[in-house]
Amino acid sequence: MKGKIVIVAIVLAAAAGLSQAWEPSIDRVAAHAPAAADAAQIERGAHLAALGDCAVCHTAKGGKPFAGGLPLVTPFGTLYSTNITPDAQTGIGDWSLDAFTRAMRKGISRDGHHLYPAFPYPHFTHMTDADIAAIYAFMMSRDPVHASAPANRLVFPLNFRPLVSGWNLLYLHRGPEPGAPTGAEAEDTTNPMQTVEWQRGRYLVNGVGHCGACHTPLNRLGAEQRDATFAGGVIDGWDAPPLTTLLHAPTPWTRAQLVAYLRTGFASQHGAAAGPMLPVAQSLEDAPQSDVEAIATYLLSLQQTAPASPDVHSQPVNLTQLAAPAALANGATLFNAACASCHSAAAPMSTHGDRPSLALGTAVNADSPRNTVRMILDGIGWQHSEAAHFMPPFAQSFSDAQIADLANYTRARFSKRDPWPELDAAAVAKIRKESVEP
Amino acid sequence: MITLTVNDVRHTLDIDPSTPLLYVLRNQLQLNGAKYGCGLGQCGACTVLVGNEPVFSCLLPVVACGERPVRTVEGLGSATQPGPLQRAFIDQQAAQCGYCIAGMIMRAQSLLERVKTPSDEQIREHLQPNLCRCGTHMRIVAAIREVSQAGGLDAAARAHS
Repeated sequence: MKGKIVIVAIVLAAAAGLSQAWEPSIDRVAAHAPAAADAAQIERGAHLAALGDCAVCHTAKGGKPFAGGLPLVTPFGTLYSTNITPDAQTGIGDWSLDAFTRAMRKGISRDGHHLYPAFPYPHFTHMTDADIAAIYAFMMSRDPVHASAPANRLVFPLNFRPLVSGWNLLYLHRGPEPGAPTGAEAEDTTNPMQTVEWQRGRYLVNGVGHCGACHTPLNRLGAEQRDATFAGGVIDGWDAPPLTTLLHAPTPWTRAQLVAYLRTGFASQHGAAAGPMLPVAQSLEDAPQSDVEAIATYLLSLQQTAPASPDVHSQPVNLTQLAAPAALANGATLFNAACASCHSAAAPMSTHGDRPSLALGTAVNADSPRNTVRMILDGIGWQHSEAAHFMPPFAQSFSDAQIADLANYTRARFSKRDPWPELDAAAVAKIRKESVEP
Repeated sequence: MITLTVNDVRHTLDIDPSTPLLYVLRNQLQLNGAKYGCGLGQCGACTVLVGNEPVFSCLLPVVACGERPVRTVEGLGSATQPGPLQRAFIDQQAAQCGYCIAGMIMRAQSLLERVKTPSDEQIREHLQPNLCRCGTHMRIVAAIREVSQAGGLDAAARAHS
């Protein structure tokens, strides 16, 4: 790990030497009177902030919305999100629109220091000026909250911010998204990729929505791998599934299912959003329906048309061929007591609750066991008064070996895919440690 | 045969290994403190401590306890000699119908064993999985606060000895 960090630092330093490592400060402005802003623009900004789920990262657990302070754990150390309420001392209250636009496009704070790319400016840079201005108007219309984020804890020498300029030279590709819908363009409805809706979807997914920040794997420098867009990543100990194999699911994703999932956190043919995706879906609830439909349309155009994975059994298999019989029997015992009251075919939760069978579940059918293990460990917590599906956590109930048995049994019983190789107690122990939960 | 240690007593039971721990406690061992509420891990009335961790005993197959000792509300004290947390619940008259209380006490016990003098915020956060339909939440929090303000479980026990 240490060697890796050194290589990262050397590469960034070399690139930084070639670029502009210092940026000028932009003058402070007096706080805006909220009434001065245009209500329609503020509303549009609120919708865009929902599409970009700004509040998800910029709100600490139990904290005020947008006041920052949420720890973001990265391979390079822990960052804390900043306060983006219009508080002059601790937030962005004295930022001009120019300073805000520069931050969104170039990742530079008002005073000229580099922001870390955990803030997804490589995506926001593609937004139109009008959309950035709308988000600015929305943020400035809110009540200021006085709250300072804790200091970042990055490994040396990455705590030296000018290194980020090297990163930007390599990975920040500026300018508005080509083809950002202006509304004035003629719509060619014969080509689905030329419809205004598809273009709107592409603009939202790659820009403010920054889906790739989690769903595209990162390289060693923490940048999205350009040759593996939407191939799936790992965030907060969860797999962010690939977005290019949506048609490989036991019931292929449809536009209607995607829209339901994105806006409510639940798809009747796939399951409930959990982990870091749940707050994203809760944010998209406040986004316009038409925008979420555009996102779904665009995502569905990215699908690989290859047939389902080759490891799917064409015939029902004998469970005992898949794993050690003793482990499977143990898994069955655990399942019957701990899971069946909700997840068996006859359970009221399944028959009346509109819950899909685990046979359709994304995690149970995934390439990696990570999300199944994660779900068993963490469950889905209460969302206070928010409507969301609930699952109790079993991290304190079951040992690592028991969770491995349970996950292997669940895979064998419900999925038509091959068993997960090497899912044992040690693998569960490793996943358990990656939790961001206390 | 399954062996199970509950409140420091070791039992050997001839029982289906997938039987939920709650049923074993209530039926075989006649420990009726823990209650069946929802059977889905959503209400917390069945909460007991397994290996010092609070768990929903309605969703825990008895075989999964293994060597981990089980503690129930009966293990904290008796009607004549209540433990410090039980005494605080009596002092604050924290029960209305009482159905949730054994689970509340056991989850609170696990907090007080880990954090000697928890704040109100820590108490509320920790007790979140347990539901009360009668609305005695304020008294439940007051009872746990009473132990916290006395300096923790040990100090509260000494004060009454």
